[in-house]
Amino acid sequence: MSAVPVASQGAENQDATVESRQARLPPGSRSAGWLDPVFEWLTKGFAFLVFGILAAILVSLVIGSELTLRKYGLSFLWREDWDPVREEFGALVPIYGTLMTSLIAMAIGVPVSFGIALFLTELSPGWLKRPLGTAIELLAAIPSIIYGMWGLFILAPLVQTYVQPLMVKAFGNIPLIGVLFSGPPLGIGMMTAGLILSIMVIPFIAAVMRDVFELVPPMLKESAYGLGATTWEVVFRVVLPYTKVGVVGGVMLGLGRALGETMAVTFVIGNAHRLSASLLAPGNSIASALANEFTEAVGDTYLSALFELGLILFVITTVVLALSKFMLLRLSRQEGART
Amino acid sequence: MSQISASNPLYTARKRRNALMLSVSALALSFGLFWLAWILATLLFEGGNALLHAALYYKMTPPPGADGGLANAIAGSLAMVVTGTLIGTPIGVMAGTYLAEYGRKSWLASATRFLNDVLLSAPSIVIGLFVYSVYVAQVRHFSGWAGAFALALLVIPVVVRTTDDMLKLVPSSLREATAALGCPQWKMIFFVTYRAARTGILTGILLAVARISGETAPLLFTALNNQFWSLNMNAPVSNLPVVIFQFAMSPYQDWQRLAWGGATLITLAVLLLNILARVLFKRTT
Repeated sequence: MSAVPVASQGAENQDATVESRQARLPPGSRSAGWLDPVFEWLTKGFAFLVFGILAAILVSLVIGSELTLRKYGLSFLWREDWDPVREEFGALVPIYGTLMTSLIAMAIGVPVSFGIALFLTELSPGWLKRPLGTAIELLAAIPSIIYGMWGLFILAPLVQTYVQPLMVKAFGNIPLIGVLFSGPPLGIGMMTAGLILSIMVIPFIAAVMRDVFELVPPMLKESAYGLGATTWEVVFRVVLPYTKVGVVGGVMLGLGRALGETMAVTFVIGNAHRLSASLLAPGNSIASALANEFTEAVGDTYLSALFELGLILFVITTVVLALSKFMLLRLSRQEGART
Repeated sequence: MSQISASNPLYTARKRRNALMLSVSALALSFGLFWLAWILATLLFEGGNALLHAALYYKMTPPPGADGGLANAIAGSLAMVVTGTLIGTPIGVMAGTYLAEYGRKSWLASATRFLNDVLLSAPSIVIGLFVYSVYVAQVRHFSGWAGAFALALLVIPVVVRTTDDMLKLVPSSLREATAALGCPQWKMIFFVTYRAARTGILTGILLAVARISGETAPLLFTALNNQFWSLNMNAPVSNLPVVIFQFAMSPYQDWQRLAWGGATLITLAVLLLNILARVLFKRTT
């Protein structure tokens, strides 16, 4: 819409340029020939800067963690100790915490996001779509420290008094699963952290799912409806298979968010360097270990161990994101091939 | 016909399943909205009062047990957010311009887009770690500049992405018309495509500001914190997110109250920025 006035503005401008060029042709044309490549190279330089920043991040993390990389090699990944006094470090506990909390977040977040996307694309009346979608997206706008604070003061006590005792009672005695729900209900711990993360990833996953659901050609859906399929059957048998690569991409995108989330987790995970099977127990994640210990770390080995944690986190999130991009790209390619 | 269908067990089962699944989906939506409402209500309830006390805006962060406000934290946050945005925006806009105007579909542009997305979703704490090792560790002190750099690194990918997307939305016919008039490309970009994409690019900048205003993790080991009024960017600078973190984790009631006030302030500001960006964007499209 706005293109029309802009176009006329642009045209006016062009008139001015053309006139001035005719008035003094040689210098004008020379400066144009000189400025164009300069501007192109300038913008290219800034694009390369993005490359540079990323490479610099990787290099600085590797240099920072040189000491522990040499000392432990790959065994850093599965060593359990975290002893600043004896200077013995291992990443198993934070890695486990990061993966476990993200897993809980995905277990809750993915089905909910699917439901939200389904509602927004298939059920919602047109006039409600936008406000509802915006409201869900605003969940992503709330700063993570707010989630953390709210989780610590409001959610954790409620989880401790109402939810966790119920879980212990319900699942505590089942063999195998029981061990996940054993121990005293503390409120803070991996389960609460996972729950908060699930709320934080919902807007990301739901947004991608909604967008890919809308890519489905209406003809496909209409054909299914024409054959007498119910809305659920259309979504489950037509929309979902058509968009499954994109859906997986969205889930990975949310997973990347959950893995790297710092402040919200730091508030509620309990920051205990202890490996416990129970989800109710406090633990630690890579990001929260960094947030809590980095400024207080004394000694080169300690600092280096923290840097290596950062390196591990960076590598994991980058791989997850790359997978997600790859999936989404495949969907758009397939989209291009079919239409 | 409906009578035949109604008595058909397969048909009723499918209908029931459909109704069940659709209500579950409506439930999922209310699940999401429920948290949003709950968090906002908590913030207004716990922090709304604090926002109405003028002392919050002109007194310094207090020691426990004393009266105080968040003036230094608010000023420090503003200073760093503004500096970070001023550093990050031109870089982001230029890089985005390359992607949309020159690179287009070349492999270099595609690779940059991918790496930009990696930067966009890199955990913010890793950005903090990076700035610590290349800046803070070298000059051997925490500083407001370091905090601003860390925030700028978060601004860049957001602005690159939106600039790229918005410039791509500018119709090619505009560019062709300009080129046909013999206009050099840089002039076309400045006077035609930037003008056409102005609001879109502004939306991206607003979103970036909204994102960095609430960021805590990258400031923890760059700007650190400062209990006093200081806008010296070469020294540790107080900032809202880190103050909230510190005060909320403390056992003192009055500190926690201030933390709620700060949290409410930050959330309202961020939500407002987001809504503003949306309104702006809606007007353009």
